[in-house]
Amino acid sequence: MTDTSQLLPITLDGLPRDQLADWMSTMVLIREFEESLDPLVLSGKIPGGVHLASGQEAVAVGASRALAPTDVVTTAHRPHHHALAGGLSPSRVMAELWGRATGTSGGRGGTMHLADYERGYFPGNAIVGANVGIAMGAALAARLAGREQVACAFFGDGATNTGRTWESVNMAATWKLPLIAVCENNMYAVETFIGNVSGAGTPSERAQAFGVSAERIDGQDVGAVYRAVRDARERALAGDGPTFIEALTYRYHGHSTGEDPAYRPSGEAEEWRSTKDPLERLRLALAAQDLLDEEGYDRLLAAAAETVAEAIRFAEDSPLPDPTRAAEGVYGATVAVRGNLL
Amino acid sequence: MNDGSVDVTVGQAFQQGVREEMERDERIFVIGTDLFRRGGHFAQVKGIGELFGKERVRDAPISEAAIVAAGVGAAMNGARPLVDLNFIDFALGAADEVINQAAKMRYMSGAPMPLVIRASSGVALYGAQHNNSFEGWFSSTPGLLVAAPSTPADTKGLIKSALRGEDPVIFLMHKRLTGVRAPAGGPDDLVPFGSAVIRRSGSDVTLVSYSFSVRRVLDAAAILAEHGIDAEVIDLRTLQPLDLETVETSVKKTGRALVIDEAPRFGGVAAEIAAAVQEAVFDFLDAPVTRIGAAFAPIAHSPTLVDAAIPGVDTIVAGVRASIDRWFPAEEVP
Repeated sequence: MTDTSQLLPITLDGLPRDQLADWMSTMVLIREFEESLDPLVLSGKIPGGVHLASGQEAVAVGASRALAPTDVVTTAHRPHHHALAGGLSPSRVMAELWGRATGTSGGRGGTMHLADYERGYFPGNAIVGANVGIAMGAALAARLAGREQVACAFFGDGATNTGRTWESVNMAATWKLPLIAVCENNMYAVETFIGNVSGAGTPSERAQAFGVSAERIDGQDVGAVYRAVRDARERALAGDGPTFIEALTYRYHGHSTGEDPAYRPSGEAEEWRSTKDPLERLRLALAAQDLLDEEGYDRLLAAAAETVAEAIRFAEDSPLPDPTRAAEGVYGATVAVRGNLL
Repeated sequence: MNDGSVDVTVGQAFQQGVREEMERDERIFVIGTDLFRRGGHFAQVKGIGELFGKERVRDAPISEAAIVAAGVGAAMNGARPLVDLNFIDFALGAADEVINQAAKMRYMSGAPMPLVIRASSGVALYGAQHNNSFEGWFSSTPGLLVAAPSTPADTKGLIKSALRGEDPVIFLMHKRLTGVRAPAGGPDDLVPFGSAVIRRSGSDVTLVSYSFSVRRVLDAAAILAEHGIDAEVIDLRTLQPLDLETVETSVKKTGRALVIDEAPRFGGVAAEIAAAVQEAVFDFLDAPVTRIGAAFAPIAHSPTLVDAAIPGVDTIVAGVRASIDRWFPAEEVP
């Protein structure tokens, strides 16, 4: 039994009570999924590396539950929590990480480019800040087509020091586009502490200067994230333009596989875990209102573990992509490009 | 009503093509700077704003990255954006959006990417930062298509194909071609990508070019004819895909090839064609495939320096004559 004495309580006010067990289940699944990956990378089963989102589950789940299935989501280099919260199959996500033919992009995307267009889940982006503009463009298309649809971009604090992020926020503000920009401020861009690389202002203060609704919220409180995104979506669809949400959050692990986050003050991670762990805080709130008991939580944990084990089995048993098709799918129309295949 | 047989400028031809396609497909919109009232710096969309309104002819701030990103995101979400980048030099402010986003999205994730990026290109005036020749760079990026027409009809026919296509297109319009007049064709005259055209038939040497250089090459061919040299002139029209079949068929006939453009020769489109031709039809060649291109230098302000750096008609004539004088056909070697 975890020590919950230091946890800061959260309120469930305004949340859909009948769905909260499902939120909890998704957050547990994300944690379980993320915690399984490093050994798979280090043993070579997953080529390359991954950026783990353990600790940031509440941002993904709170936001995704406030969006409609028809809305567009764009993500960045740390996207697994958003993919799973957005309903992508854990098995197909895992297979994509493994570079298998059954992955969400058939092994052509990888960890940072998971995608499912049918769910409005646009591919993650490995270029910091680039997905904000893409979401802005998707919001523009929604406006032009007269669709009741918003676009939500998730990005880190590092992206708030790129020009393209603010170019896109400014354009969305100018045209009052239905964009929700969610900055997951986990304070570290790889090893660089945000306080050391910002001349003035928090990300949300900077956003206000562009004339958009902007607020800083507790990103470890799934309810706070849900309420902020829900309100932003209502404003966007009412024609009141974009919202910038700065969600204060924390990644428990290093930037990427194998990295020791020794650049962070000792005790910092432990404090975030003991006071603000998003899973424990929701669990405590649910228990207090008799919405989920200890047994029920254990069942969620066991189910998540089985889902992840099944995802790993699925990936391992899946075929590799056909190497003779490495140069296919570059163009949409039939274009005969000499040199496509050696 | 213009049925396509009346002379129009390249700029007007582009405008006609865009207007016809916007009438045909309401998903098409134009985004860029100074478009709605001014019609762009070369009047390429003059009059379009009044016809379609400010939503579909959208004046943006000078934010190249966000302009192209808007196009990328809109294309992925069901629209058909025509991004006007003004000068191709300004693509550098959106290099990531073009190269990492637009070009790769389909391959990485199966994304639709019907995105056209128009820009004025080629060497003219205004110095080093308005006269880059980036066509080789874009053509060597998997996922991009590149158009570089030389006539009003090709400009109109290719922009129509681009706006009906499924892939990101870099649409290069040479600044010096803007006022060139000729018939542009009607609403159904589309020009396919990857289809070069022979502008002048000849039997002695194959001259391969694109965009404004085609006009210089045709002038050179007329002079060469006075010297008894019968040149075949090929206008590539699109650089990706590249119609190498037309080039190779011609070289098999003539035994000689020169590639002429305004880009520095190092690593450019001309270098690619030279390499591809010798790989494919080496046994038919009577001389090395030669590149005639620009000096390896930025473009200067003074017209004297500009003319010295890029191949003019005289340079092309001299290059062809030098190639023929030095490399006799095999049967004439004593």
